[in-house]
Amino acid sequence: MDKEFAARRRRDLIIAAVLAGIAALTPLFVKDVVVQNILILTLMYAGLSQSWNILSGYCGQISLGHALYFGLGAYTTELLFTKFGVLPWFGMLAGGVVSALIAMGLGYPFFRLRGHYFVIATIVIAEIGLLLFHNWDWAGAAMGITIPIRGDSWLKFQFLRTKLPYFYFALALCCLAWFVTWWLEDSKWGFWWRAVKDNPDAAESLGVDVFNSKMGAAAVSAFLVAVGGSFYAQFVSYIDPESVMGFQFSLLMALPAVLGGIGTLWGPVLGAAILIPLTELTRFKFGGSGRGVDLIVYGTLIVLISLALPRGLLSLFARPKKTGAAR
Amino acid sequence: MGLLYGLIAVGLALIFGLMDVTNFAHGEFLMIAMYLSFFLFAFFAIDPLLSAPLVAAALFIFGAVVYLLIVRFAMRAKANAGMVQIFTTFGLAIVMRGLAQYFFTPDYRSIPQSWLGGKTISIAGIFLPEPQLVGALVSIAAFAGLYFFIHRTDFGRALEATREDPGAVALVGIDKNRVFAFGWGLGAALVGLAGAIMAVFFYIYPDVGASFALIAYVTVALGGFGSVFGAFAGGIIVGLVEATTALVLPPSLKSVGIYAVYLLVVFIRPRGLFGSI
Repeated sequence: MDKEFAARRRRDLIIAAVLAGIAALTPLFVKDVVVQNILILTLMYAGLSQSWNILSGYCGQISLGHALYFGLGAYTTELLFTKFGVLPWFGMLAGGVVSALIAMGLGYPFFRLRGHYFVIATIVIAEIGLLLFHNWDWAGAAMGITIPIRGDSWLKFQFLRTKLPYFYFALALCCLAWFVTWWLEDSKWGFWWRAVKDNPDAAESLGVDVFNSKMGAAAVSAFLVAVGGSFYAQFVSYIDPESVMGFQFSLLMALPAVLGGIGTLWGPVLGAAILIPLTELTRFKFGGSGRGVDLIVYGTLIVLISLALPRGLLSLFARPKKTGAAR
Repeated sequence: MGLLYGLIAVGLALIFGLMDVTNFAHGEFLMIAMYLSFFLFAFFAIDPLLSAPLVAAALFIFGAVVYLLIVRFAMRAKANAGMVQIFTTFGLAIVMRGLAQYFFTPDYRSIPQSWLGGKTISIAGIFLPEPQLVGALVSIAAFAGLYFFIHRTDFGRALEATREDPGAVALVGIDKNRVFAFGWGLGAALVGLAGAIMAVFFYIYPDVGASFALIAYVTVALGGFGSVFGAFAGGIIVGLVEATTALVLPPSLKSVGIYAVYLLVVFIRPRGLFGSI
């Protein structure tokens, strides 16, 4: 690894630490509950998108079915909590493990597929999950699960009077996802993933274990997304299949990364920081009428941004590459 | 029903399969067609069966305009073209749904008395609802027409050639944008036809497209990209599977059968049944 790359990685880490520090201080100044809510969602989607980016951005396996893992995380946590009284912290871990295992189980047949066939397969599997949960009576079927209030503490991960703990957890989740990405970027896995993305056949011939590197990316990605799902369930304290496993979550995880810059370290964070407040504000401003104005504004934004910046916002900051210099 | 899925899917097959452009707004094209058909009936009392060609023509123009105004630029994207296409067309779908909610309100509508609505016909002792039967016949005709069109006319060849190598096509004097705009128009017209027929026996509401869009993708992928015949076969399979699943599982799970069959097929044949790309 040459010096320039190492310097960039150090710089990234410092910037991240500074940003996280600033973010951690914002609740001191922002007392408005609506704004806090938006901040929490922004951090959560930044973390989710970062996790999605590991499989779809770095490894190039575009998944539009990550809502499945989000929902599995939420459902595992809440089923354990409501039916067996297991603390959400363990539920979170369990949800992550379940999702990672399912992701690997699915990866076994799925990773043979390429291009559109793979993308459609991911959408379809999430849709199957959604329908199954819709019809699974023990898990509340279409009615979903209302999470009972059992306390107001970190132990139960339920907070009635303030949103601040949720804020800090979302921040921690976002930092964790970022750090995992940062760490993997320079590992053997990171290099394998980029090779697999660019040209799987060439990578295979050079000794990259294509199949297992895809599996690894899927497992890490699914685990983190499921933790996000567990968090979301505790945060909104009511889940039903549509609200945690719907197709819109798959897209909402992908959008920030695509918007900010797919397959980059900072893309998902940047994308989420812009997109989620915009989404929430349009919904807040125009949504009440129920006449679809928020949808019109939101959709138009997506069209314009993806047309104007196909490589994401980060491409605006990219310095022109020096020709001949090794990256 | 399968043939109708086929008809929705074949428009998508043309756009998605033959031109290799993702169109996530396909379901919304269907929705627009259904509304058009509804309003032609409500204001001018034109039966959906008669207005179908009008709707198809309107959708043709709409499809071509969408291509020229939006998709053309999405295809030009130098980086992650796939993602850009997914998100621009998805954004378009959201806008269309929003507009439909704004102008048409989210109410459910239906066409109460049409020539075909609610009537059944008996063939050799089997009772068939007339609208579905007409739908099936129109589908078969549309498929045959499209098949002929793609494989036997200059335009069909131009379309295929343009997908394979836009550069070479430009060299022999074919305008890529013209060909693709026409292709999009045609794809939209076919879904317009499907929408006009479905307006007779389906409720019409702004989100109606979403429920059919995924099935249309599955149908196209099942048949294999790049094949008109594949979409036709895919449609029939999807219809049969749906009917069979409905017998075994509760009705709310009927789509699971379709999805499962898709997964099964692509695991065995990663390029769909008749796919070429």
